[in-house]
Formats: sequence, structure tokens, C-alpha cells
Amino acid sequence: MVEVKHLVKHYGAKVALADVSFSIRAGEVVGLLGLNGAGKSTTMNILTGYLSATAGTVRIDGHDILSDAKAAKRCIGYLPEAFAFYPEMRVNEFLSFCCDLKGVTSRRAEREAHISAICERVGLTQVRTRMIRNLSKGYKQRVGFAQALVGSPKVLILDEPTVGLDPSQIIEIRELIRQSGQSSTVIVSSHILSEIQAICDRIIVIHGGRVIADDTPERLSRKMLATHRAIVRVAGAPEAVIAALGAVPGVQAVRALAEKEPGAWDYSIDGQPDTDIRADVFRALAAADLPLLGTYHNEFSLEEIFLNLVGEQQVEQEEGAQP
Amino acid sequence: MRAVFKREFRAYFQSPLGYVFIAVLYFFTAYYFFTYNLYSNTTDMSNLFRQLFSVVLFLVPILTMRLMSEDKRSKTDQLLLTAPVPRIGIVLGKYLSALCVYLIAISGALLMALVLSAYAAPDWPVVIGNLLGLALLGTCLIAICMFLSSLTESQVISAVCGFAVSLFLILVDALVYVVSTPAFQTFFSYLSFNDHYNGFTYGIIDFSNVLFFVSIAVMFLLFTTAVLEKRRWS
Repeated sequence: MVEVKHLVKHYGAKVALADVSFSIRAGEVVGLLGLNGAGKSTTMNILTGYLSATAGTVRIDGHDILSDAKAAKRCIGYLPEAFAFYPEMRVNEFLSFCCDLKGVTSRRAEREAHISAICERVGLTQVRTRMIRNLSKGYKQRVGFAQALVGSPKVLILDEPTVGLDPSQIIEIRELIRQSGQSSTVIVSSHILSEIQAICDRIIVIHGGRVIADDTPERLSRKMLATHRAIVRVAGAPEAVIAALGAVPGVQAVRALAEKEPGAWDYSIDGQPDTDIRADVFRALAAADLPLLGTYHNEFSLEEIFLNLVGEQQVEQEEGAQP
Repeated sequence: MRAVFKREFRAYFQSPLGYVFIAVLYFFTAYYFFTYNLYSNTTDMSNLFRQLFSVVLFLVPILTMRLMSEDKRSKTDQLLLTAPVPRIGIVLGKYLSALCVYLIAISGALLMALVLSAYAAPDWPVVIGNLLGLALLGTCLIAICMFLSSLTESQVISAVCGFAVSLFLILVDALVYVVSTPAFQTFFSYLSFNDHYNGFTYGIIDFSNVLFFVSIAVMFLLFTTAVLEKRRWS
């Protein structure tokens, strides 16, 4: 549905995108993840034809965004990062204008039905006759979302759709995105990892104008999963536990973390890389008659994965820079 | 293009700008009508139209100052430029909306002619010629000032540049007498809007004058489109 090949974008001497390629199948909900300034918005602006790439191609549903712009843009609904309205317009009027722009049927009844359906879906029905400038930020963002839905586009491109909203509004917008994912291909950008994790089937991590990871959230975290590290909760005196765990072959370090229950502490255990220490830990504790109350997989959160990926990238770059 | 036209035209009347523009032009038309026609008891309207030339030169930059710059500043251009509308369609839609407001505003002169006709028949070919001239002047000026508006984010700068161009167009007549090189003299005299416009005030519809205004308008509309096009590459 969306094919991006070797996008390069320079702003003067500054390189915003060094080389970005990905392809997205119909029906996927994809998160573009990156720190501020990583190139997410630039990528989206190029995808929607607002900016042109210095090099590289974008095809939307088979249409090139430059040579076949009209057909390509027809497939896209776009919510820009700071969505700007004509403040003096009413919600109804604005959506009707968007229908005109996107060439949605000019037959009054059909158009009215289309706008009503969208307003119903995003929860704008009560404010349809109000001026946009008088709406709250949450409603304004919904108007932006509604505008992107006009013409039932095949691809929805949403640039940081939840920025500046309060938590309940964020949940509403996320729910809208999830619903939209059932009927269209969705590309969402964000620098908030939990958000992307909550709504996307697939994550593309962009850093320094390059794609540094492209996978499902689960696989990304599995990749970083460390079986040689574990957190265990054990009942008993910390000294005895540390002694018992220290005797397990392969264990390199044991740290008591905190007393989580009366008489039971959490410990973090580091083993040798590429060994699974969990079974040995269980046996050692059983032999010492120290009840093991729980083991926690030391799964990285997306935050950690992200920082790891970014860190790796920086190390590579530094190594590459050395002669 | 229709969508942009509809919105821009409506926007003129959702803010005071459209009303003020029309009112001011009506006021000056009425003022000159009173002094040149009613007070001096004549049906000859060419003096009125000659005076409107400079009024229009100073009002048009106000009409067009927000046309392109506002979108750029408020980022509403993102909505337009990512819609399945070609850039020339956006430019034409905005241009035609300003032109329509302008045509409504100069229609005041036609009203005056109708008032005159109640007392004595005005020289209709001259009136029509004059109106056509005024309309063509607007066609051309709006395109130029819209181009200026597309170059900046600030409405004020766009208006000031528009005034500068208008002043230059008035001064260019004097330049013909200042420069001594014959080539420049021909160039400046050909550039003189006043000369091309005055033909119409005598009721003469000279095709070369029509072509002069229309071709300049087309040229600047293409420039404006090019500015929009360039923005995506910068």
C-alpha cells in the first residue's frame, strides 16, 4: 500500500533523512517512532506530498506521489503535527470544505450522510455548528481527525495525534486510531513508546534520518530479552539468599533490590550471557529451603529497547568515524 | 479549484476585509461621481475612471495581502497542498476569489452610470470601455500583489511591497522623461500602466492593451504557482 524507497532529504546543508526505506501492506497499523528531530515529520510530509524528497521515491497504492500526485493524494488522509484550521469556520462548514477539496460527491444528501457518519465516529456531533476557534483542544484534534477521514482514504497518516491532550482524550484518540485500523492502513508517528506499543502492529524506529529497526513490538522486545538476567522474589533472610544464589554456577552478581512483602525480598541476578540461569536458581533455592515466590522475566520495556537501539547506532557511527 | 475559491470568497465576508474594501471603493467612486459628474453637470465619466486608477492601485494590495501569506503563516497550506488539488488550482481559486470581490467593488461605477442614465443618456461605449479597463487593471494588479503575498509570511510586508509596486507603476511614467537612453525610454513607456489604462478611459478598446494586462496577470499567476512548487523543494 505504501512503498518508500531510499528517501533522502536535505534542508540546505542539514541532512534530515539520510536513507529511509520501508513498505507497508494494506491494513497494517504502523508506528513511526523516533526522538524529536529524528525525521518522522519530514518522512510524513514527503509521504503526503507536502515536501519533496531530495532523492528517493514514494508510491501510495501504486501511484507515485510526484508524477501521479492527484491519484496518490486521493488515497491519503493526513493529520499534520500542528493541525491548522481556518478559525472562523464552523465544524460543518470546514468538513464540507474538505469534501470539496478531496472531491467527495457534491450531492447534498450523500455528502451530509458522509459528514454525519464521520462526526458520529469521532464524537463531534454535538459541536457541529460551533466555530472551530471556540472548541477545546481535544475537540479541535477530533476535527483534525475527522478531516483526515473525509473521503474514506485508504491510508491514514497521523503525525503525533495525541500531543498536548489530556489522558482521557489520549485514550479516546487511541481508540479512534484502533478503529480506523480496521478499515484503512494507518501510519502513526510518536515519540511516546507506550502509545505506539498500544496501537501498532509494527514499529519502525527512525533515528538520525535512518531506519534503525522495523519489527513488531513483541519481536523487538524479544530481541532484547535477556535470559541471563532474572528478577526473583524469595522468602527468607537476604544474607542466606545471596549466599545460596551466589553458589549457583554461572551466576555473576546478585543484588537485593527491596523488601516487597514482609520477609520476602526481590533480587536481581546476572548470569553469564547466553545461558539460561532460571532453572539452576530454582534448584539452588529449593536445596537451601528458601521458598521462591516468583520469577520475573527481565523483559525490556520499549523505552529501554529504544534507548538501546539509539545507543548502538551512536556507537556504530562513532566507530565508523574513526579512521 | 472550486473548493478553494468558495472558501476564500466566503472568507472575505467572514472577516471585515471584503466589506471594508468594497465600501471604500464605493465611497471614492461616489465621491468622484459627485465632484466630476453631479456637481459639474456632465455625463462624461472618464474623469471618474481616471481617478479610480490610483485608488485601485492603493487598495488592491490590501485585498490580496493575506491571500497567500496567511496560509503560510498559520500552516493551513498543509491542508491545501496535501489535498488532491494541483498547485495551479489553489492559486487560481484564491486569485478568482479576490477578483470577484474586486469586480463587486468596481460595480459601483456601473451603478453611478445607471443613476446618470435617469437624467441623460451616458456615452455607454465609453462607460463599458472604462469598466473593462478598470477590470483588466485589477486582473493584472491582483496577480502581481498575490505573487508578492506568496513570498512572505507577513501580511504587512506583503501589503507594503504591494504599495511599493503601485507607487513604482505611478512613477514609471515620470521615468520616461528622466532616462536618456532611448531603449529604456521605450521600455518604461511600454511598462506604463497609466498609458495602457488611459486608452480605455477614452472608450477605445485596444486589443494590445487588453493583451498587456492579461499577459502580465498570467505571468504572475505562473510565478505564484512556481513559488508554491519551490517551497516543497526547499
